Formats: sequence, structure tokens, C-alpha cells
Amino acid sequence: MRADNAASIVDGNAAAGMLWDVFGADATTLIGVCAGCGDAAPLAGAVVEIDESAAIVRCRACTHTLFTVLRDGDGVRMVLGMLQEIVRR
Amino acid sequence: MTVGGWRPGRVVEAVAATPSARILRVQVPGWPGNDAGQHVDIRLTAEDGYQAVRSYSIGSYGTSETIELAVDEIPEGEVSPYLVEDVQPGDELEVKGPLGGYFVWRPGGEAPVQLIAGGSGIVPLMAMVRAATDVGAAGSVRLLYSVRTPRDAIYRDELARRGDDGGVAVTWRYTREAPAGWADRVGRLDEAAIRSAAWDPGREPIVYVCGPTGFVEHVADALVALGHPPARIRTERFGGA
Repeated sequence: MRADNAASIVDGNAAAGMLWDVFGADATTLIGVCAGCGDAAPLAGAVVEIDESAAIVRCRACTHTLFTVLRDGDGVRMVLGMLQEIVRR
Repeated sequence: MTVGGWRPGRVVEAVAATPSARILRVQVPGWPGNDAGQHVDIRLTAEDGYQAVRSYSIGSYGTSETIELAVDEIPEGEVSPYLVEDVQPGDELEVKGPLGGYFVWRPGGEAPVQLIAGGSGIVPLMAMVRAATDVGAAGSVRLLYSVRTPRDAIYRDELARRGDDGGVAVTWRYTREAPAGWADRVGRLDEAAIRSAAWDPGREPIVYVCGPTGFVEHVADALVALGHPPARIRTERFGGA
């Protein structure tokens, strides 16, 4: 049933592992600012649709896609969407 | 603490926790230790090379190289049924972590701590209960635990024992079926139940909420309506599969 494996809807906490592969550090405490609505919130709180190949990270306030992280073999690729700023406080 | 890549792990113990959940203890050589509330990614590889990765909260904390996971089975899932029904001591899996710096409790804060769990959302909060107890902070921590029935409560016995011994106080909420003689309402966790069980917003508690997405959204909205500032509410949501 692998082809039927639907994406699971979780939050940014569950994307910590993939984001670690991008940043080499924990990124879930970083504040992401959405270019769509201006909402600023920790990436841990974003809406995340995750499956074996990708994590789609959306703004919880307006649902725009902030960015997508794709597994690429043992590597990883981050495709930016409406993520306007990253802030560490 | 460093994460690095995938580490080999070996299941050393698998114990039934509820009719649908098991507690797994996994030995991970070189594990750097973890804070209460962190999680791991678990990677399973099938004989044909197909790999599946899932995130699981860690119920333990500290420096031990053996970590504790509690996995609730999702009937249509492709990973949790294996971990709940099939995996045996001696079996191997890969572990990445510890992960997450947001949904974490560390000793030292002045503010009281409110923990609110829905179902298997208890797991990272259990690590916080244990950590707070070990540093003598149990008196400033309260737990509100929502489960369908008493049988569905992971860590039921340990929580009851700790509560009786002067540890973290637990308020139970049963959404479908309560124990015999239960005086409180049975049903969805609502504002009134949260108000009576949780620290008053005036105490400026930090609130950790973990459970299924719908539960967390519902509870977070209720907390804000009761006057808890959104910035004091930390959430972790899980889904299916």
C-alpha cells in the first residue's frame, strides 16, 4: 500500500530532522515570517505535510507554502516559497 | 548536543502499554543524551531497500544511551503497526536525534508548568514529568491528560503512583468512558475543565500541549480564550500514518 501512503499533517516539530539536514542545527525555534500575511511564528508551529519524499511547510495563519524540503538520496533540498524572513530571537 | 546522521539502534525491550500501544526501549550507542520533550526520527529499511521515516517523541530524558519510545498504533499506517505488533528485542532500526529545541522543558524556570496531553501526546510530557520530579520541581507542574477510556492511558500506573507520592498532580479527562464511580463529566476537554485543572493565567504558567492536531488546536484556542498569552503556549501536533 506504499503508493497509497497519504501525507501526514503534523507541525514543524516533526520536520526538525529534515531541517537539521539543511541547516546543520535545530531550525524549529527560528521565527519564520510569511510574505503572504506577515505572520511571524516559530517554524515548530507551522503546518507541515510530510511523507517519505518531502515536507511541505505552510503558514498556520494563511496556509501559503513557506517552503518545501525534499529528500534527495542521502541529501536534502530546500525550495523557498513565501518565507520572507528568518529571525532568531 | 549534536545530531549528526543516522545511528544504529537496537530494541532491548518491548512492553505493552495499552491495547494499541507499546513502550520500546532502544539502545543507541553514542547517543549524546536528550532534553525532556525532544524526539527522534526512526528509519526502517525493508528487504527491498524501501525506507520509511517517522518521528517519535522520547519518553525518557538525560544521558542514558537507552531511550524510551511509546508508539501508538495507527491501523492504516505502515510503520506503527510494525513497531507495536512485530518488532522484538534484538531487532535493529536507525535513529536520528535528539531533535527539536522548541517543545522542550529544561530545569531552572521560575514559572509554573502546565502540561496538557491528548492520547499518545503524553509521551514528551512524560519526559517532562520525570525530569521535573528528579530536580524537585514536581510541585510546580500539573498535568491534564485526556484519553478516550482508562485503558487508553499510556503510563497510567506510573502517573498515578507519582501523583500519590507527592509528585506531579494529574487530572484525568475521559472522553468516551470513565472508571466506575467517576464523578466528573465525560466528554471532550472544554474550557471549564481546563480552567478548573490548569494553573491560573495570572500565575503566568508556561503551557505545553501535545496531541492530535485537532485536539491541540482546540486546547490552544481554549487557553487563549481563558487568558493565556499565545507566546506562553507551546504546541506539538501529530497526525496519522
